[in-house]
Amino acid sequence: MPASVKIRKGLDIRLKGTVQSASHALPAADRFSIHPTDFHGLVPRMAAKAGTEVKAGEVLFTDKKSPDIKFVSAVSGTVQEPVRGEKRRILRVDVVASGTDAVSHPSVDPTAAEGDAVRAAMLERGYWPMLRQRPFDVMPAADSRPRDIFVSGFDSAPLAPTAAMVLEGRLDAFRAGCAYLNSMLPNGRKVQLGVKAGDDFFSSVSEADITSFSGPHPAGNVGVQIHEVAPMNKGEVVWTVGMQDVANIGEGLMGGSYVCKRTVALTGSRSQPALLRTTIGTPMADIVKDRVMMEDTRVISGNVLTGSVRGEDGALGFFDQQVTCIPEGHEPLFFLTKGWLGPGFDKFSASRAFPTWLMPKGKEYDLNTNNNGEERAFVVSGQYDAVFPFDIYPVQLIKSIMVGDIDRMEKLGIYEVAPEDFALCEYVCTSKLAVQDIVRKGLDQMIEEFA
Amino acid sequence: MKALQKLIEERVKPNFEEGGKLNRFWVVFDALETFLFTPGHTTAKGVHVRDGIDLKRTMFLVIVAMVPALLFGTWNIGHQYYLSIGEITTSDAWSVMFLDKVIVGAIKVVPLIVVSYATGLGIEFVIAGMNGHAINEGFLVSGMLIPLIMPVDVPLWMVAVATAFAVLIAKEVFGGTGMNILNVALTARAFLFFAYPKQMSGEIWIHDVMASKTGGVLADGYTGATALGHLANTVGQPVQGEVSNGVMAMFADGGMFSLMNCFIGNIPGSVAETSALAALIGAAILIWTGIGSWRIISSFIVGGLVMGVIFNALALNAYMTIGPVHQIVMGGFMFGAVFMATDPVSAAQTNTGKWVYGFLGGLFSIMIRVFNPAYPEGVMMAILFMNVMAPTIDHYVIESNIRRREKRLSASAAVA
Repeated sequence: MPASVKIRKGLDIRLKGTVQSASHALPAADRFSIHPTDFHGLVPRMAAKAGTEVKAGEVLFTDKKSPDIKFVSAVSGTVQEPVRGEKRRILRVDVVASGTDAVSHPSVDPTAAEGDAVRAAMLERGYWPMLRQRPFDVMPAADSRPRDIFVSGFDSAPLAPTAAMVLEGRLDAFRAGCAYLNSMLPNGRKVQLGVKAGDDFFSSVSEADITSFSGPHPAGNVGVQIHEVAPMNKGEVVWTVGMQDVANIGEGLMGGSYVCKRTVALTGSRSQPALLRTTIGTPMADIVKDRVMMEDTRVISGNVLTGSVRGEDGALGFFDQQVTCIPEGHEPLFFLTKGWLGPGFDKFSASRAFPTWLMPKGKEYDLNTNNNGEERAFVVSGQYDAVFPFDIYPVQLIKSIMVGDIDRMEKLGIYEVAPEDFALCEYVCTSKLAVQDIVRKGLDQMIEEFA
Repeated sequence: MKALQKLIEERVKPNFEEGGKLNRFWVVFDALETFLFTPGHTTAKGVHVRDGIDLKRTMFLVIVAMVPALLFGTWNIGHQYYLSIGEITTSDAWSVMFLDKVIVGAIKVVPLIVVSYATGLGIEFVIAGMNGHAINEGFLVSGMLIPLIMPVDVPLWMVAVATAFAVLIAKEVFGGTGMNILNVALTARAFLFFAYPKQMSGEIWIHDVMASKTGGVLADGYTGATALGHLANTVGQPVQGEVSNGVMAMFADGGMFSLMNCFIGNIPGSVAETSALAALIGAAILIWTGIGSWRIISSFIVGGLVMGVIFNALALNAYMTIGPVHQIVMGGFMFGAVFMATDPVSAAQTNTGKWVYGFLGGLFSIMIRVFNPAYPEGVMMAILFMNVMAPTIDHYVIESNIRRREKRLSASAAVA
């Protein structure tokens, strides 16, 4: 029996447009795109010039600060001129696919894996960017030595697909991935895997220490799982890896060409939900094609709480396994009917100021992107605490970030958190503050302080 | 509503926008427009969907919770008035002359509300216009609370001065809604209490006792003083003395200030503070909607009861012998517990802090009223004091959280 943890604080936002489990493969895209902006703080240094031909698995760019970290192409084809934004910052690198040339690598034996060999292989073959680290929620440096590696075996965000959906037929690859990752941990420690209570999909995974979690979102957030299993202290580094990327690493290091499979759930009220097998770097247009009512719709790569809008010609977010399509909400709302004084049967609220709590538990809501009010100063208290299952005072931490008090941020526990952990605080906020953005700025201040 | 929205958007709004001739009234227009229509602003970064709740709905629900107290208070003003001139007696049913009572009450209450809102909102509009920020909803609640805790016959100019003082000094100098340290409505009340002590004592608790109708003569046995005012007279008197016995008779069963009357609230007092029952209905609404902190309300009441029990045990004067339940249903205790102590901006912010804050607030309320008869309304002083103490309480709660984290760090360092 794995250890089990019950998360009491949180909120499950019930949206329309759930995905069913039958998956089908998306035709190979004619373009592979990678957004360097998906890796917070990354400054890319182009390795492949525009116009050159690359094989699948060949380097496109490296990390300027840590040149051993390589970002590779998933397809063979022609490198395009990078799409740039302000100050010539690279926003996207595209490869137009042609042919099937691929770099092939030998196998790293998972049973006899040596930490340094695995590290070198991950850096060389382009798997390193699949890692994320806490503190600061960034990609770890090439010489980073983690205390633990955490993998969340379920996504509790609204409309997220289950582990069984996204890892169908890939459990062996997942186990191999855990074995490789274990080799990089000190003192014979194992990957920490958090699974959903009652889900036995991972029961055969002996390569990881399993803890089961029950309760509302954010129970599936890896940050919550770290906090419950082995909270982070100042000076410690923990890596986190998405469950599909563990399988990618496992499959990839066993030899052959670059593996970046991604099963994506297309969800939301504006879509015909579908479970699609594709790869990282697939253009969003390929995913939503013929399946989404595009007019007045926001197409989000990721979930409604933490996802991003990818822009014209953008690709699926590097870490995302879900696309959510919801209606935009730029209609002004008359106060008595749909606005602030309306009955609000169509609004999903964590507070009992709306009749959400009177509705049957199964009712699903078609929420749009309306802000439902204007930004205000903090007035209400205790609201964030109810959806924030950390032993951390969220409002006080956010205030310390707002005033830029590094010392206080550290004392209040900023090392343990990532913006996504505050997503529900932002959702429920009466004052409509951009909480995740504030947390990100706080983390950036900490990074600067330590640089 | 599309038509109205279109009219505002096309005909009215341009006048107030940059370059329009009414541009300097933009904040006023913006406040009214956002009141009528929640703007079609969409989420820009971070979460893509937002909870339906906003500050307008939150504040509105607090006002809804105050309505029972307001309605009861309106009736009670008329009730006390007709008692004082002897047209009815305490044995008459509540419905006798019901309409007359309500009319008398409304004549007193409506101007108070109008003056409070006009003064407060006027100042808010001017300051928001000067600073170029949106008008905050905070005063919607303060502006209703201020008239509800005023003595019935307070001159309107005093209400205006007190409101202006409270909004400017208690709120705007700190940065507006959400930034204040003291509860705005209580600051208005405290201002009057200290600035006009003469006018704030005596027979202003009921309407028009010196009315020409009676030539200034009150009906038999009717003084118009509040329960706390009577009790204050017993301080310093022997427990079984003549004065004490006389006062205590009013608090016995069947007396004017019996437990039941204090609970129902058909006794003299500030506009809407007399009825513990109405305050409890408000509490139910606030707790049910999750807007008022149940931690503060319940611990405040417990704090008051504990002090009542302690005083019962000491029994040094007649005031101390009042039962704990009787203590907390008198005066503004319940109204303060439900509507004043729970103000989220000036109360403690942490859940643990709220327990401490509420408990001490209740404790001090009863302590102040009994120990210092010069301040019959201990609740006001106690809550203002706890407002000042709240950041300190939170500080210690958060320090213990920080220490827990430091302990964890040193424990892990010891292992490594």
